[in-house]
Amino acid sequence: MRLEPKSAHAKSQTRAIALASLSAIAFTLVIVSLLVIWAGAPVFAAYVALFKGGFGDVFAWSETLTRATPLILTGLAATVAFKAKLWNIGAEGQLYAGALAAVAVGGLHGGEGFDLATPLLFVLMILAAMAAGAALLMFAAILKTWGRVDEVVVTLLMNFIVLLLVSWMLDGPMKDPTAMGWPQSVALKPELELTKLIGQTRLHTGLLIAVSASAIVWAIFRFTTFGFAARAVGANVNAARFLGLPVARTAMLTALLSGGLAGLAGAIEVAGRTSYVTLDMSPGYGYSGIVIAMLAALNPLAVVPAAIFVAGMLVGADSMSRAVGVPTYIADVIVAVSLVAVLVATMLTRYRLRWK
Amino acid sequence: MTEATPALQLSGITKRFGALVANDNISLRLDKGEVLALLGENGAGKSTLVSILFGHYAADAGAITAFGKPLPAADPKSALAAGIGMVHQHFALANNLSVLDNVLIGLEPLWRLRSHAAPVRKQLAEAALRFGLAINPDALVGSLSVGEKQRVEILKALVRGAKVLILDEPTAVLTPLESAALFVTLKQMVRQGLSIIFISHKLDEVLQISDRIAVLRAGKLVAECATADATKPQLALWMVGRTLTPSVHPTRQRGAPLLQLDAACTAGHPKLKSVSLTLHAGEIVAIAGVAGNGQAALADLLCGLVPLESGSVRIDTQPLSSSPSACVNTGIGRIPEDRSHIGVVGDMTVWENAVIEDLTDSRFTRAGFVRREPSQQHATALVQQFDVRTQGVNVPIRGLSGGNIQKLILGRVLSRKPKLIVANQPTWGLDVGAVAAIHERLVAACVPVGDGSTAAGVLLISEDLEEIMALADRIAVMSRGQLSEALPKAEWTLASLGLAMTATTDQEITRAA
Repeated sequence: MRLEPKSAHAKSQTRAIALASLSAIAFTLVIVSLLVIWAGAPVFAAYVALFKGGFGDVFAWSETLTRATPLILTGLAATVAFKAKLWNIGAEGQLYAGALAAVAVGGLHGGEGFDLATPLLFVLMILAAMAAGAALLMFAAILKTWGRVDEVVVTLLMNFIVLLLVSWMLDGPMKDPTAMGWPQSVALKPELELTKLIGQTRLHTGLLIAVSASAIVWAIFRFTTFGFAARAVGANVNAARFLGLPVARTAMLTALLSGGLAGLAGAIEVAGRTSYVTLDMSPGYGYSGIVIAMLAALNPLAVVPAAIFVAGMLVGADSMSRAVGVPTYIADVIVAVSLVAVLVATMLTRYRLRWK
Repeated sequence: MTEATPALQLSGITKRFGALVANDNISLRLDKGEVLALLGENGAGKSTLVSILFGHYAADAGAITAFGKPLPAADPKSALAAGIGMVHQHFALANNLSVLDNVLIGLEPLWRLRSHAAPVRKQLAEAALRFGLAINPDALVGSLSVGEKQRVEILKALVRGAKVLILDEPTAVLTPLESAALFVTLKQMVRQGLSIIFISHKLDEVLQISDRIAVLRAGKLVAECATADATKPQLALWMVGRTLTPSVHPTRQRGAPLLQLDAACTAGHPKLKSVSLTLHAGEIVAIAGVAGNGQAALADLLCGLVPLESGSVRIDTQPLSSSPSACVNTGIGRIPEDRSHIGVVGDMTVWENAVIEDLTDSRFTRAGFVRREPSQQHATALVQQFDVRTQGVNVPIRGLSGGNIQKLILGRVLSRKPKLIVANQPTWGLDVGAVAAIHERLVAACVPVGDGSTAAGVLLISEDLEEIMALADRIAVMSRGQLSEALPKAEWTLASLGLAMTATTDQEITRAA
């Protein structure tokens, strides 16, 4: 078995990748049906329940999109970093740092909180969250650029450090006195909470922020000199250095943007959904962001549908579990298999497989 | 020498990549004990043909027999077993391993506790004697020169029992001296019964080394003849399909001193040891030398990649800047040795690569945004002006041939009207047409055009003596990080250049000159 390069045309390439992604998802569903059969459930009914649960009605959509909101932002964080070959595995920690910073600025702190005009305080809260996420990644980027320390290790291990820091804060300085010993932070000022998009659901305006972030990131990479340099650094750092591009500055800006997006995800979760920080507020959104970025082939615009797909599978899996009695882990399997399938499928748009 | 069963017999080989027909119904025979030259321009299909032969690609049609037995398609293992060895243009060596380990890779079963290094070591010593391929088996491959790395590749094939050796553009990376040594080795191999396929686009070499010549053009076998019957003009005509007009060299006028190196030293390996040189506007000074003798350090220094350790470098009496972008802005035009990996970012488009050195230029950027329209227009103009063959400026530059990438780099450099052009191996591995175009442009840059414009100076670093003799006004030879005095071309002969290139001491360098 071998791979041969195909002759590629730029235009047909985008269409080929889109087609490859769709057929990869179809392939995934076929593979997963075998698991459903193995679990002893009717395949058709299981899939109906899965898709109804994820996308069946307004409520299902609202749940899926609520779940997709932080995923879009962490997906963008991974996309930005990976495009410039800065391997940020620390979006999870950056998300928690952002959430903590958001509550630090906008929390009640046992009284009224900071006495500032709401719009100003909201902006400060968002900026603080982004700065916290950015600072975490900057630390790793500085070590990488000037100390040649591997950023994968640093960002990954920082996740645990941040989580322990959060744990300490929730039991110490930022403990909610009204929570009766439950480990959660002080609540956010109610006027800072994001408004709901649809009544009676949890869907909030954070979705709009996340979707605009995707458009902004796309525009940054397409139109700015920073985006130009980041793509060049990511594609070939030696050439970028020779050609006089500001390699170090680009790495720093990339870290600011990527870490900032992950921090923003934390602030949006607090302001839109939880109102306070808990240790389980993110079921691995930071790590799922990596999957989403890869599913989207590092295209910032494609991050939105990729995040909605993953969120829909996670939400729908609960319904499927209730309806036909298969474990909810099926959702994780679907996401994992579809990622592998998409990676293989996009590779096959560029190479031809030969069996001899 | 011809025997009944040929070493290799190719019949009707056809290979398509999409719409491109890389090989069109090619039939060829290789006899035992002969050197068959495969001649053709870049993109003629030579490399595809040998890739099929070696089992990297599967042919769409056609069959191959090796020593009378059919060779299964697309299986490098059976190609190896049939005694076919290949030396690629780009070496497949692990730089962090020793020569011996590199030869052993793939020979050793994974589960054996003791390696059979000793017999291979003996084989290497034997090969050194039989074919003149002397090499220290314990040397780190990363520390070897290009010529030595090639020797390791040949040894790899021989240790694996190759009876047919395929060499893909073997001299593209060698100096004339190394090439001559390679030819001696090849002749010895042929005398001992090996067969060789020698791929090249250099006519002189082909005439010198081969017994028979097959000429490929645009995927087709256009001619096949015995070397004794071949003439250079006829081969060139077959290969290019048209006659080339010799380029006109306008007379140049030497101007004021432009680049002054005074006892310049750099750190690292290989480093510059007290290099002094003065280059004037309007002249081409060539640096000759065997690969890996410090030419790269000199180029890196002038390109802003490597800092000066001691001594001084002045451009137009100003000290040299120490960053790539500052060097570009002080008027150094840089043509790097590795055009496709350092000179351009392959995944980015042609237009992006055309303006990549100008991201601070207000013509192409404004307030942190890239101005696409003017950038693309600029790129389109360069593409037309420098005859870059591309499907457009909006395709990744990766898909362009080496010659076209080089023409774009040259266009990018010249469009900035540089004072000094540092051209490191500018025509390495390019076909005749591209070489002529690039030579013409470099020479033209040294002549002022119209009023007010000034002539540039060119520092040409090359291992191709023919190129140096054709272009340079003065020549200096680099050896072990030291540079000889730059003497006018007329004071050098090929022999004295060769001596200086292998000199080990200062006295020798000067005496040779």
